[in-house]
Amino acid sequence: MTRPVLLRQGRVIDPARGTDQVSDVLIQDGKIAAVGPGLGAPDGADVRDVAGAVVAPGLVDVHVHLREPGNEDEETVASGARAAAAGGFTAVCAMPNTDPVTDNQAAVGFILRQSVRAGLARVYPIGAVSVGQRGEQLAEFGEMVGAGAVAVSDDGRPVVSGHLMRTALEYARTFGIPVADHCEEPTLATGGAMHEGLVSARLGLKGIPAAAEEIMVARDILLAELTGGHVHLCHMSTRGSVELIGRAKERGLAVTAEVTPHHLTLTDAACEHYDTQAKMNPPLREAADVEALRLALRDGVIDCVASDHAPHAYDEKEAAFDDAPFGIVGLETAFGVAHTELVRSGILTLPTLLARMSTAPAALFHLPGGSLAPGVAADVCVFDVTTPWTVRPADFHSKSRNTPFAGRDLVGRALLTIVAGRVVHEPSSGTPR
Amino acid sequence: MTPGLGKDLVGLEFLTPEQIRLILDTAEPFKEVSERPIKKVPALRGKTIVNLFFEASTRTRISFEFAEKRLSADTVNVAASGSSVSKGETLVDTAKNLEAMRIDMVVIRHGASGAAQFLGERIRSNVINAGDGKHEHPTQGLLDMLTIRDTLGRIEGVKVCLVGDILHSRVARSNLWGLTKLGAEVAVCGPRTLLPRGIEALGVRVFGRIEEAIDWADVLNVLRLQLERMEKGFIPSLREYYRVFGVTAERLARAPRPLTIMHPGPMNRGVEIDSRVADGPHSVILNQVTNGVAVRMAVLYLLAGGRPELADAAKGTGGAAE
Repeated sequence: MTRPVLLRQGRVIDPARGTDQVSDVLIQDGKIAAVGPGLGAPDGADVRDVAGAVVAPGLVDVHVHLREPGNEDEETVASGARAAAAGGFTAVCAMPNTDPVTDNQAAVGFILRQSVRAGLARVYPIGAVSVGQRGEQLAEFGEMVGAGAVAVSDDGRPVVSGHLMRTALEYARTFGIPVADHCEEPTLATGGAMHEGLVSARLGLKGIPAAAEEIMVARDILLAELTGGHVHLCHMSTRGSVELIGRAKERGLAVTAEVTPHHLTLTDAACEHYDTQAKMNPPLREAADVEALRLALRDGVIDCVASDHAPHAYDEKEAAFDDAPFGIVGLETAFGVAHTELVRSGILTLPTLLARMSTAPAALFHLPGGSLAPGVAADVCVFDVTTPWTVRPADFHSKSRNTPFAGRDLVGRALLTIVAGRVVHEPSSGTPR
Repeated sequence: MTPGLGKDLVGLEFLTPEQIRLILDTAEPFKEVSERPIKKVPALRGKTIVNLFFEASTRTRISFEFAEKRLSADTVNVAASGSSVSKGETLVDTAKNLEAMRIDMVVIRHGASGAAQFLGERIRSNVINAGDGKHEHPTQGLLDMLTIRDTLGRIEGVKVCLVGDILHSRVARSNLWGLTKLGAEVAVCGPRTLLPRGIEALGVRVFGRIEEAIDWADVLNVLRLQLERMEKGFIPSLREYYRVFGVTAERLARAPRPLTIMHPGPMNRGVEIDSRVADGPHSVILNQVTNGVAVRMAVLYLLAGGRPELADAAKGTGGAAE
């Protein structure tokens, strides 16, 4: 039995209930016991004065790569869950592009077991759409869901075959799970290293046109309409995709979408000087895309923020741009980047950002969390939203350091992360017991 | 005060017009060295230079090697095949190993855009880009400019059209930067599939038809069409390419004035250029090759710390009798 925790005098924001007021939060037996002013501390309670800080549901990330099994030098379930906790995340969904691929119930069970063993942020496995992510034969959705998978995806690569995507969407309906697609038309994107535009023309790098994403977004929307299945569009990067999703939502289709902090804040100019830390897929696009994505997130056309946390060994990124792998780590900078660039600049309110980073993603993937209602599991984060801090990759809890935000001054950081009533991160104490 | 070049020559995009002029002016006195019976000056005596060629090259590698030898440098050639590169060594490891051998300069050709800059940022030696992917080939751009200046007496105001596969061409990019910096008007002409989308924003004119380009230009720099562009579906056939975009004597005959014809080589006769044009009176293709050695001597000399005002003297102290 963990000690009760009483968080006193914080600005308590619960997007699930639409509340935002200074209040106390009492956590007992792993659950939210009470939210209100002047709560008394039970015997032996861990009482924390969090005046001036924000108390919110723990963040939920529906798109991370934890590299276990297969590339444990880059990340493990435990190190990823530790990084998540440090970033204010109480739950993350692990993509199945591991080695071997997480495409069966035993593999799903392994991820879950590693997650329980780590006892940090919750890690929910996502199963593969196709066996081996080869895009041919459907994986066993039913058994994977039975073992704990919360969605299916072939992320890392698109579901190329329209037929396979159709059957995946139809079959997934039985289990009530979303099919998360990495939208990329391969014949347009193959060999591309960055966004196709003026910067790629100058650098002499093969570009990936925006249409490569939009074609697949359009296809997936049409297939969602055909099948009635829930398609979740991963890491949207273009203004054209935003337009397509907006129209699909107007028609009431089961289409949801995520956007990463980096696509909300950086453009292809970050690839100048062949900076491989800015190499990601989908690529960083243009200012007009960033603008459209920000407004779409504000308006709910894009449902949530996801980090697409993609760890890579330092020496892999130490290569010519064409030869470096795609992806950046994001769990430990996601909230800071989003808060600094979106909330402080007045595009989103803090409650809206918290909704897009906790309540909304939890709802999309049918996960617990995203709420501070009495009785729910106490997945809570306390954020400092006033003190500037500098991104120092060497201090990351993730095993990898590949970030384009190194040296950035941010405002917005987790002071305390609580999962099921247990403190799993506080900056001063380093690694928790 | 004459501006220096910095440690590396990665591309013309980041050079100032003064720096480009400095290289071209420094190349002038070096031209004469190659005309001597004993083609050697001691300017780089004791310097060690590695020619690191990850991609096949004949002309550029030989041109660099002659430039180095005529300046009395000690040179080593490393080709991708038969070296540790083919055994999977990374570029950064190759760089560190070269560094550990205390070499003075590296001339690098690599298939990845940005490879020269990558190397330059990681070793103390001077790095000269001899072509990186689809990015830049600065010494080719410089020798093209020197040739235009020799032929027409100036660069400013000259209308130069680059013809062919602009999308995949590092020569095109170096020409574009260098020429616009020195005040030339630059255009590109080729099938839309081989032009970077939105290239107009870089300050160049775009011609969809070769006839329009010929009508406009003073100089045509005809780029090599790689055979694989057809295999990858950018153009339907070499035959059609020649019919639609080939620089032919018939098309040039209709030009309002004679055009200077350039080609960085190696040429595909009968694909991008007609033999009668390549061998014709207005072709300066072999002058380009000759100038290549002088330009590379200038770049090597300047990066090694040679003072431009002494370039004349530097060559004069050689063994050759005047």
